Amino acid sequence: MSAVNQNIFATNRRRLLQSAIMAGGMAAAFPAWADSFVELALPGGPDRRDLTTDFPEKKLMILQRSRPPLLETPFEVFDQGVFTPNNQFFVRWHWAVIPQQIDIAAFGVAVRGHVDKTLSLSMADILAMPRVELAAVNQCSGNSRGLFQPRVAGGQWENGAMGNARWTGVALRDVLDRAGVKAGAVAVRFNGLDQPVVDGAPDFMKSLDIDHARDGEVMLAFQMNGEQLPVLNGFPLRLIVPGWYSTYWVKMLNDIEVLDAPDQNFWMATAYRIPDTPYANVKPGETGFKTVPINRMLPRSFVTNVRNHATVKAGATVPIRGIAFGGDCGVSQVEISADDGRGWQAAALGSDTGKYSFRQWSSQVTAPQSGNITLQVRATNTKGEVQPSEPNWNSAGFMRNVIERIQLAVA
Amino acid sequence: MVLLARPLSRRAAVAGACLLSFVGAAVRPSLAAEPAPSAPSTVSGAGVTLHSLNVEFPDPGRMFPGDSKADAINNNCLACHSAGMVLTQPALSRAEWQSEVEKMRSTYKAPVEESDVPAIVDYLVALKDRK
Repeated sequence: MSAVNQNIFATNRRRLLQSAIMAGGMAAAFPAWADSFVELALPGGPDRRDLTTDFPEKKLMILQRSRPPLLETPFEVFDQGVFTPNNQFFVRWHWAVIPQQIDIAAFGVAVRGHVDKTLSLSMADILAMPRVELAAVNQCSGNSRGLFQPRVAGGQWENGAMGNARWTGVALRDVLDRAGVKAGAVAVRFNGLDQPVVDGAPDFMKSLDIDHARDGEVMLAFQMNGEQLPVLNGFPLRLIVPGWYSTYWVKMLNDIEVLDAPDQNFWMATAYRIPDTPYANVKPGETGFKTVPINRMLPRSFVTNVRNHATVKAGATVPIRGIAFGGDCGVSQVEISADDGRGWQAAALGSDTGKYSFRQWSSQVTAPQSGNITLQVRATNTKGEVQPSEPNWNSAGFMRNVIERIQLAVA
Repeated sequence: MVLLARPLSRRAAVAGACLLSFVGAAVRPSLAAEPAPSAPSTVSGAGVTLHSLNVEFPDPGRMFPGDSKADAINNNCLACHSAGMVLTQPALSRAEWQSEVEKMRSTYKAPVEESDVPAIVDYLVALKDRK
């Protein structure tokens, strides 16, 4: 019998409509929330977001923007397993012209540029190539931007602009080898079927250094958790860049261009740049620092079964569990603190589904007789990097990975 | 300038695109207008079958509220993006909003008439008061 008070699930962090709370306010009530909203815990607000089931191949999502779609995964989903279901995987598009019909038999991906032989690969060609599969976290560069202080402009995500899936496809290296990369190649640029609404606006393209593109892990995925990708997650083919932020994971990938000079396109040279400092951290108002394209992810960890401001019973043993990821390597340790970071205890790690995957963890805390518990969780990755205790700041709201804190009230 | 009189539907989005063409910008037609394949096709190989897709995205929803004060933002901004994310921004300063609007015009080539910029920025600055 769980000692957790029922109220532990009736979140303040995502206060639901009164009716949903009265109905129990638990994850099982998802369909009843369809015409409802959530309140995200964003400092200074606005907090309220509609919940929506209106998007194709998607169940309940937090509506950040309708067009181009920005859909956040309700945080409760991350408590349900190590892999994020396709139908609740977050969605982020830059431009509004996105195909809504795709004939898979007519779809092709070009491989061109600084290569021996220009290719146009059909999906049949790609399905006939050697398969690769790996689990990897896909996280928006601006995940948790809404938690930045001072606040910054941009998509005001809480922590749900991330997800973990098992990706199946072919190695980019194999695709490049079929075309034959010429000597002098320095980068590979990726483009998808989405387009700007207005002529002359910068088409969304990203590139990787040639050695990264040929590392054997960067892949073209046609399946996600054993199913074809939802259109909103990049059907029929998506670039997977394990350990790197989602901006590189080009959706509806149909063009691969090998470059013999550094990519000067807007989305590499101007946008998605970070301060070249630890944690991409600068002071508000600071200028004059060097910038680089955003790149590898950093370790993060989250409690998934208990919400901020939940109530626990005095003296109770409270199970605490969650997810962690190492960034661009595995998780070596997850620790929790029940005294606001003075003492730490190691959590038990769940099964290892790959170094780029979420890793589940579990632990427990004993509630005191009165007062509050400030719970913290921190991950250390296999490179020895640990989450910092102070939040980073930059004007784009990128790369938050501070230790998260949760307050529990004892009753 | 013509005003959009009702919540932006997919048709109204096209109308919005036409509106923009009055100010001299070429706006791409939606790819959704292409005819759907008559029968869903599939491609198979080594145990995987992929199915053609034909989906429809929902209406982009509400316009910016606020009667005539919202005319400039409704006329200039909804062709490229819906209102929702703008309305959920934190309280940004006038300088920050000015820079956002300038980014839309110069970097993202939004065909926003210069004479409309002050009214758009005024509207955005006032958002913080309508909690």
